[in-house]
Amino acid sequence: MTIDEIQKDIIEEFALFDDWMERYNLLIDIGKGLDPLDEKHKGNDYLIEGCQSKVWLYPELADNKLYFKAESDAIITKGIVALLIRVVSGRTPEEIINTDLYFIDEIGLKQNLSPTRANGLLAMVKQMKLYAIAFNAKLKSAEDGN
Amino acid sequence: MLDIEKIRSQFPILAMEVYGKPLVYFDNGATTHKPVQVINAVSDAYTNFNSNIHRGVHYLSDISSEKYEGAREAIRQFVNAGKREEIIFTAGTTASINMVAFSFGEKYIGEGDEIIISTIEHHANIVPWQVLCERKKAKLLVIPVFDDGSLDIEAYGKLISDRTRIVAVSHVSNALGTINPVKEIIGIAHSNDIPVLVDGAQGIQHGDVDVNEMNCDFYVFSGHKVYGPTGTGVLYGKEKWLEEMPPYQTGGDMVDKVTFEKTTYSKLPFKFEAGTTNFVGAVGMAAAFNYITGLGIDNIIQREKELLDYSTRRLEEIEGLKIYGTAKDKIPVISFVLEDIHQYDVGMILDKLGIAVRTGSHCAQPIMDRFGIDGTIRASLCFYNTTGEVDALIEGLLKVREMMG
Repeated sequence: MTIDEIQKDIIEEFALFDDWMERYNLLIDIGKGLDPLDEKHKGNDYLIEGCQSKVWLYPELADNKLYFKAESDAIITKGIVALLIRVVSGRTPEEIINTDLYFIDEIGLKQNLSPTRANGLLAMVKQMKLYAIAFNAKLKSAEDGN
Repeated sequence: MLDIEKIRSQFPILAMEVYGKPLVYFDNGATTHKPVQVINAVSDAYTNFNSNIHRGVHYLSDISSEKYEGAREAIRQFVNAGKREEIIFTAGTTASINMVAFSFGEKYIGEGDEIIISTIEHHANIVPWQVLCERKKAKLLVIPVFDDGSLDIEAYGKLISDRTRIVAVSHVSNALGTINPVKEIIGIAHSNDIPVLVDGAQGIQHGDVDVNEMNCDFYVFSGHKVYGPTGTGVLYGKEKWLEEMPPYQTGGDMVDKVTFEKTTYSKLPFKFEAGTTNFVGAVGMAAAFNYITGLGIDNIIQREKELLDYSTRRLEEIEGLKIYGTAKDKIPVISFVLEDIHQYDVGMILDKLGIAVRTGSHCAQPIMDRFGIDGTIRASLCFYNTTGEVDALIEGLLKVREMMG
């Protein structure tokens, strides 16, 4: 599936609910389903600053693709980061850099994107893109080296 | 007895719905809403007499200056300060504390001197003193708190030394709602000739503040937390200190004579009011004080005590809910956590139910560290809240519990 197709899927899943409580229930379920992060990656190195709840985001490059694992101590935040992972994890860094994450707006989480909002959704997206930029540079320099 | 229905109708915002639910506003510790009396006073100022104060020779400037000084007098009376010179208009509590920390610090704090604050303080009553200590190589000492959130007064007494230059404590804790025994704290300091600043940001709107009786040296508060406009505040200071302290900011309106060689400063209170002040805000703040005087501060205290008792009792019914700050003397602020549920999740869900609470450390990280937690859910009530709204919070929390499984 392309990034676009996954985003459309998520939008459809959330479109089934017009009630906020149901949407949160869905986010909670998604959050609970997120693979746990290895304890050794739950240190300050992977902690995203600027969130009221703690979020750890761990990147890994395999076969030129960037994979993310994450965890949060707040379950709704965990649901949000799980959605982000579903969309961007396992893509090339370049794809991640160029992705427009429009699904956030479409499923009504846009208000959570404001820089002052405490859940740090913006900080999570930014961190994912920063990792993508860093790994992209690494891949590029490896290619140049060849 | 307060007519709550009538009072609520005077606060237009309270009638609104959020996400299709009636607004339950329990974030009064952050800021309170404004009654029409305040909104109208601000609107009236811009409509009918807006003009810069103390400057013009013209009609509007005279009226504006008169209203501004009238506001000062209204606030002087409300806090029972001895003189109008002792009431300085500022931008808020933070500005007031910074002003004292800078000016008092400039004059009286030197290397090796000591400043005492408490564990329970808001960052606004920590950081300015910390910065002052760095600047002057002075030392910051901290009064510990007991598990119920009350200050350890005995320990406080032991912190005092011949190097103590000032004590700065909150009247009421913003994070826990504890009312501190400020008179006792002041008494102990004064018996050692040490002045005391009381941070009244959470005190002025919930109790009968009489700076004369309290005998504090400085009392500071914000207008927006006491039903007045945002960007307003007051520094009450005893004249003897304010006279001796150098100005904080300099510029227009605070000067007597300016030449390029030397400037002499205006007399109090203008010495500390550089530039164009928020004169419209001051008028709005005075309207807020008139409003609560009209309701009767004793009525407010009684009403809020009932709300505190009711909400504490109802919250305690919820299994796994722990309240932080259980001291005997409290304002209607209840800080709590739900076992195994992150406060942020609670806040997010309550929000969508129309219930506004604050979550996190409440700008008071040291007290959170003291309890070994990274935050709480804070419901801060005031007289216009109702027991029905408390019931809505309880239902909301049960819903959170159910959703989180």
